[in-house]
Amino acid sequence: MSDITNILLVGVGGQGTLLASEILSEVFMRAGYDVKKSEIHGMSQRGGSVVSHVRYGREVFSPVVPEGEGDILFGFELMETYRYLPLLRPGAAVVANNYRVPSPSILLGQETYPEGLEGKIRSHFPDFLLVDGLRLASEAGNPRVANTVLLGAVSKRIDIDEKFWLAAIEKMVPPKALEINLRAFGTGRAL
Amino acid sequence: MKEILSGNEAIARGAFEAGVKVASAYPGTPSTEILENVSNYASIDSSWAPNEKVALEVAIGASFGGARALACMKHVGVNVAADPLFTASYTGVGGGLVLVVADDPEMHSSQNEQDSRNYAKFSKIPMLEPADSMECKEFTRLAFEISEKFDTPVMLRSCTRISHGKSVVELHEPVTGLPEPRLVKDPRKLVMLPGNARVRHPIVEERIVNLSIFGDSLPINRAEYRSEEFGVICSGVTWQYVREALPQASTLKLGMVYPLPMNLLREFASKVKKLFVVEELDPFIEEQVKSMGIVVVGKEIIPLCGELSPGRIRAAFANTGITVEPAAPMAVDMLPVRPPNMCPGCPHRGMFYLLNRLNAYVTGDIGCYTLGFMHPLNAMDTCVCMGASISNASGIVRSLPVEEQRRVVAVIGDSTFLHTGVNSLMEMAYNNAPATVIILDNRITAMTGRQENPSSGYTLAGEEAPVVNIPNLVRALGIKHVVEVDPYDLPASRKALEEEMARPEPSVIITNRPCCLIKGECRFEKGKVLEVDQNSCTGCKACLAIGCPAIEWKPDASGKKGKAWIDPLLCTGCTVCQQLCKFNAIK
Repeated sequence: MSDITNILLVGVGGQGTLLASEILSEVFMRAGYDVKKSEIHGMSQRGGSVVSHVRYGREVFSPVVPEGEGDILFGFELMETYRYLPLLRPGAAVVANNYRVPSPSILLGQETYPEGLEGKIRSHFPDFLLVDGLRLASEAGNPRVANTVLLGAVSKRIDIDEKFWLAAIEKMVPPKALEINLRAFGTGRAL
Repeated sequence: MKEILSGNEAIARGAFEAGVKVASAYPGTPSTEILENVSNYASIDSSWAPNEKVALEVAIGASFGGARALACMKHVGVNVAADPLFTASYTGVGGGLVLVVADDPEMHSSQNEQDSRNYAKFSKIPMLEPADSMECKEFTRLAFEISEKFDTPVMLRSCTRISHGKSVVELHEPVTGLPEPRLVKDPRKLVMLPGNARVRHPIVEERIVNLSIFGDSLPINRAEYRSEEFGVICSGVTWQYVREALPQASTLKLGMVYPLPMNLLREFASKVKKLFVVEELDPFIEEQVKSMGIVVVGKEIIPLCGELSPGRIRAAFANTGITVEPAAPMAVDMLPVRPPNMCPGCPHRGMFYLLNRLNAYVTGDIGCYTLGFMHPLNAMDTCVCMGASISNASGIVRSLPVEEQRRVVAVIGDSTFLHTGVNSLMEMAYNNAPATVIILDNRITAMTGRQENPSSGYTLAGEEAPVVNIPNLVRALGIKHVVEVDPYDLPASRKALEEEMARPEPSVIITNRPCCLIKGECRFEKGKVLEVDQNSCTGCKACLAIGCPAIEWKPDASGKKGKAWIDPLLCTGCTVCQQLCKFNAIK
């Protein structure tokens, strides 16, 4: 299935992986591809670990990315980014937000947030971009558009004309937040 | 026009295009968004029912009136709706009647992974199974045509990966020219007295035979010939996995999974050297194919439990020499697990803390509050199905000595109470079972994503509705001891629990704080965001015992001591942690 591109979006329930995967799907459809996407709602919304699958190409069958065939991992949280590395193929690209959300056991002081994840990810996947999403989003004007900065960075790794990305953002983002999201997207794309 | 739709959105669109007039459902993952999307079409009267049995009966009624009607539910909801389902098979329909059921293989959000295809066979009605969003829409339309053509309810089976997967859908205009609904008396067909039902049963049997023949030439049952060496019978999302994992395989894709198209199956079997069935969960197709005398390999290699995937199918076929065993996934270090948790400010948290401290034996139920099971609350001992908390408690106290009886407490949410808990409480009052029931009334069906219910004050469409008065309802059922408490007030809640647990009679405690995720007038109001005074905090960890995601343990440099810290972005000011701090450090 070499003509299929497989993207995985991972994070913590409530971080916005859903909206980002919707925007990606819209981009690929607008660019003329077949698209499938899959994710789990429900229990995972309440602070649990979440993973969304987005696939595009000439004809996509399975809505879930076959194990070990992910091409791009889009991580919203550092530990979750590391957790899902086994879904990737060797040589895949990883773009992740340098953001940490403690798990329940870490909040309770029973475990600590794992150290050295950045180096471990890079040792497996040299094409790894760690983005200080919160800082860049704040510089763009609002810390809440960190995901859009990340999306901009991901878009650089996908060979699809920028106009489709901009059109999809325009459709999926509320009008009053459009300008700042476009700016954040540009920031990410320039990384 | 093309759009990317989820399976659930596409089923809703299909209902619209099919000219559905009435739709009813009870929320349940992964089916919930079907009705939420149906409600966007003004031509459809759509509504939440208190449970799935009622939802199906509303749809059956609308069908009797001559309208096309839809009922939607998750797999376990069909257990609740099974009673009307089996007899609607005998009555047949007026307007087309479609029951959408969304299964949850892998139990992403469910208590079991029963395979709903068995219900189609059991109730002798046809079942369609779409493989993507486009098919969700088209099969929904087709289901209504089959329903009317064969005078039968039709089931449409989805699953988590179809309902919550998205793919490209071509939209069409709604059908026109459907007959106007009107009352037509036909009691011999619709009054299922034994004498009438005996006449109907042979018709049902003949119908399913005719449907099988109809399926032989139905375009959604599709043989695709590739390799002559082996062929795979499959349906739904599994067909997608098979195409991905075994691109060379000939496939018989069944769009109608019950009844099976016997002649088409025989033809397909004769054209391939080796025949397989790949299906998620039960050997539903496999057993029927084997009973036709056809040699086929199925669950000998395909797992019975959980979801399938391209990888699992490749691994299964590696034993046959058709595929190579997939490479083992790369190893990563063990990480702290990240299970779901109750939200910061959740009104349930304090009650579960108290139940833990009072050493209660808690019979649980289905909802967000099932998370009371999780560490550090550890305050749930049973959870079976919707409404079972109360009846389980009523049963368990009968088996216990008096001193143990007092520890038994049932917990149930407002929506689950109205779903099937009312009957259970009626039993408990009627038979004087001395357990305590807590109704965690947060005024919404929270777990499935905050749907309205008969005690929330609003309809599916967001219009104001009559409100079930839960305390009065509980009293009307015969419960003498009914206490309302503020679950954010720990001393008052503790007092109520201690008193009612000690009472050797049935009693009910009702909490009165709304879900902290629902916004709007008279609903959740955020309090003052709290912070830990680092000078006063002794690091005793008392506040950590409630497991609030807003409170974090910050170890000092030695890692042996530390202090609590409250994330100001997450804190809702519920004050439960403040009430646990003996040093007044939380302000």
